[in-house]
Amino acid sequence: MAEFRSPDQDNARFRRRVVVAALFALVCFALLASRFYYLQVKRHDYYLTRAEDNRIALLPTVPKRGTIVDRNGVVLARNYAAYTLEITPSRVDDLEATINALSEIVTIEPRDRRRFRKILDESRNFDSVPIRTRLTEDEVARFIAQRYRFRGVEVQARLFRDYPLGATASHIIGYIGRINTRDEERIEERGDTANYRGSEYIGKSGLEQSYEVELHGQTGFEQVEVNAGGRAVRALSRSPAVPGNDLELTLDIELQKVAETAFGKRRGALVAIEPETGGVLALVSTPTFDPNLFVDGISAQDWKELNDSPDHPLLNRAIYSAYPPGSTFKPFMAMAGLTTGKRHLGYAMADPGYFNFGGHRFMDDKIGGHGMVDIHKSIVVSCNTFYYQLANDLGIDAIAGFMAPFGFGSRTGIDLPGEAEGVLPSPEWKKKRFRKPELQRWYGGETISVGIGQGYNAYTPVQLANALAALVNDGKLFRPHIVRNVVDARGTKRVVEPEPLRQIALNPAHMAAVRAAMVDVNKSGTGARAFRGAAYEVGGKTGTAQVFSLKGGRYVEGRVAERLRDHSWFIAYAPADKPKIALAVLVENGGFGAQSAAPIARQVIDYHLLKSLPAHPADEDAEAVESEE
Amino acid sequence: MSDYRVQLLDIVRRLLRALDPVLLLVLLTLMGYAVVIMGSASPERMDSQLMHGALALMAMWVIAAIPSQRLLGLALPLYLLGTVLLVGVDLFGEISKGARRWLDIGITRIQPSELMKIAMPMMLAWYFQQREGHVGLREFLIAGLMLVVPVGLILVQPDLGTSLLVTAAGFYVIFFAGLSWKLIVPVALVGIVGIGSIVAFGDTLCQPDVDWKVLREYQKHRVCTLLDPTQDPLGKGFHIIQSTIAIGSGGVMGKGWQNGTQTHLSFLPERHTDFIFAVLSEEFGLIGTLVLLATYLLLLTRGFTIALFAPTLGTRLLAGAITMIFFTYAFVNMGMVSGILPVVGVPLPFISYGGTALVTLCLGVGILMSIQRSRLDKKT
Repeated sequence: MAEFRSPDQDNARFRRRVVVAALFALVCFALLASRFYYLQVKRHDYYLTRAEDNRIALLPTVPKRGTIVDRNGVVLARNYAAYTLEITPSRVDDLEATINALSEIVTIEPRDRRRFRKILDESRNFDSVPIRTRLTEDEVARFIAQRYRFRGVEVQARLFRDYPLGATASHIIGYIGRINTRDEERIEERGDTANYRGSEYIGKSGLEQSYEVELHGQTGFEQVEVNAGGRAVRALSRSPAVPGNDLELTLDIELQKVAETAFGKRRGALVAIEPETGGVLALVSTPTFDPNLFVDGISAQDWKELNDSPDHPLLNRAIYSAYPPGSTFKPFMAMAGLTTGKRHLGYAMADPGYFNFGGHRFMDDKIGGHGMVDIHKSIVVSCNTFYYQLANDLGIDAIAGFMAPFGFGSRTGIDLPGEAEGVLPSPEWKKKRFRKPELQRWYGGETISVGIGQGYNAYTPVQLANALAALVNDGKLFRPHIVRNVVDARGTKRVVEPEPLRQIALNPAHMAAVRAAMVDVNKSGTGARAFRGAAYEVGGKTGTAQVFSLKGGRYVEGRVAERLRDHSWFIAYAPADKPKIALAVLVENGGFGAQSAAPIARQVIDYHLLKSLPAHPADEDAEAVESEE
Repeated sequence: MSDYRVQLLDIVRRLLRALDPVLLLVLLTLMGYAVVIMGSASPERMDSQLMHGALALMAMWVIAAIPSQRLLGLALPLYLLGTVLLVGVDLFGEISKGARRWLDIGITRIQPSELMKIAMPMMLAWYFQQREGHVGLREFLIAGLMLVVPVGLILVQPDLGTSLLVTAAGFYVIFFAGLSWKLIVPVALVGIVGIGSIVAFGDTLCQPDVDWKVLREYQKHRVCTLLDPTQDPLGKGFHIIQSTIAIGSGGVMGKGWQNGTQTHLSFLPERHTDFIFAVLSEEFGLIGTLVLLATYLLLLTRGFTIALFAPTLGTRLLAGAITMIFFTYAFVNMGMVSGILPVVGVPLPFISYGGTALVTLCLGVGILMSIQRSRLDKKT
């Protein structure tokens, strides 16, 4: 220990220590200087990039969604600007208190609160969430005056989707709704996430869904300088959003209205196609619903009403529900017989009123039979026995083989989402459909039922309409489509070309014979009453799809509960020589085809060809139709 | 001339002679720099920054005019007052930002720990001067005890930054008084090994459920944040990341006055106080930081020169310690902002906004001037 040293020694040691301290300080400063050199020279580029990343944010500008108009330019879906009141949850301390305070200035219904909660659960915290949409001007003014009280609450001008015709054609147009987690996954699968930055809505059904890519448009981006709180300070550059493309439809909305009105309160579907192009003129599924309910998020009560209704209004029967075609299958069966050579144009048979097969007697509707029946008469009077026999002669494989090219039992490829396949029965189908070996076996008796459009047969109205369109278009089958043109923001039209799926090889003489028979159906046969006084020649065929098979006893309509009554079919095309329209009508539980479905077809065809409705619509409440099926 | 007027003239003459031109130049340079940076970092604070500066310069001047021996005579009362006030803070202090640091004495709130930064080295320097010629192990132990008590009182507030600074201030006096290297080296080794092991085992130690016992949760957090700034990018680590980005993006020339994006878009935290160095670095670049370093070096050189030629043991020790305190402030602050030292609340000396720290630092400069004056007086 340095104890009791002389002051000089002490002083010398102090000086050494000062030198040590000074050196230490110098070394430390050198360390700092080298650190600054490292940060500011060596890694300057890296940190400059980091600073720029901090500073610059890309803000999406949401594109205007394309509009939808019918073939005559009538607007079916459009946008309008309205003010919304939005809350950014991350900037608000007490959401409940804020909403309560807001409710003193603007009307906030319990419904608005529920929707807010729902959207909040699905959104990221820094998104702004609407608490009220479509503010009135008064409400906007009241809020602006008190805005200082509400941090994190803002009025935003937003575009809303509007379906001006409400429930008309709702199954075709569909609707948009807020993007949910499932939609986000789908967007990611498409690799479209960047384009949906900032988008809040996406097509959920109908054309809004199937043409989402066209309607949505390209999101624009604005490069802005942001501060640490993420608020935009100034814009640096911008690439504008490209509005979505407009859709022009083949649909005639006036025709659609006529068809929907013709259904009245009845459940059913109608598909009307232009045979030469495959363009859909009308596509009806009743009952309909108001798509406007969905845009802002449907309320629980509205949803419950739509979803729980026994009439299933959300179901698009025209493309999703498959029904046995009944006797509307007979013209196609006749073609099958002629094309395969199992029948020739001069063929006729004596109809005893029944057909015996494997110990079972298949009955005709007319007791005692129709007498001598050839191809023509078999269609006009809808003779079952003729087709029992034909089906048996053809065999199930030949039937299935002939029907498949018409699109029976497979999706038509119409530009709407959610199409069903239906069932074209065949032994292979049965093997796939059933598990148990005894059920997998095909029985000859089943072929007999298939021959008159019953049994396992099940087709959607669009399949039947499209098959008819091909039959009256010399066998040329199109993919049915509802969109005719896609129009971009500059007005450039992109035509959706009719897409022929295939040409079915059919003998013109055979086609002429079958079509002549179908014309006579509406002159003297089962459709005559509905088309009495028509100003054009029209071909058609009635059909009845059995819902419930009564063992033994005869079917008496009045005795069967409404839901168990047969479905009523009618297929028709006009004008007969050069068809402009081919359609299939189905009325659920409508009874005989001639009774409910045919008058609807008459109204639609009259309107399409003559732009007027029949003067005396066929009275469906009149007592029984003269000629039976 | 009356006696009274002679006395008055004498005071004025002494006041003027009291100012050391080199220190004054350094001080005005730093304060000018501070005003310029404040004009960018927080223009609304420029006025009060100027007022604090004027106040601090006056306090410095008054202290500089007092003979150094008389200043040392104030050491014991100041030290005792400071200690009593620290006890008062721990018992009755006001809580602000989770720590009990302020004492309300009716007229104003004071922070007694700030007083200790000056009182501690004065006390120890005075003590060693009293024992001049008899400084041995016993004296060092007593000095150590005088150091530990107030530091302990500050540590429990809790205030890690100030307690480290007061410890450093006391330690420098003891170091200059000639504490044997045999004692310094082991302590330094323990410190290095300790810090080294914390760095090595940082990952395990920084698990949320590990209780460090010795350090408070927020102190543990600060050390852990230093070890890995990315683990808490929006907390304290965010500060270091953003200040490093600010410094690095400044480059050699800087982005220019008021053009720092990190500063002006609020990415920099505490940009007018502890992190003001990042503003300087971002806007004035490497050149600006080196100018600052050079100015501090000039301050240190002048301080060490004064210490070397100070007339008595007490003034020598005090001058040396004060100089090293300036160094410590500067090094710890710049080291922390540039990410090589943990975030402790140490301002950038003479630049950061805040009246108390500025007055304290200027009192230190005043003491250096007073010591320099005594030497000149002694010569003549």
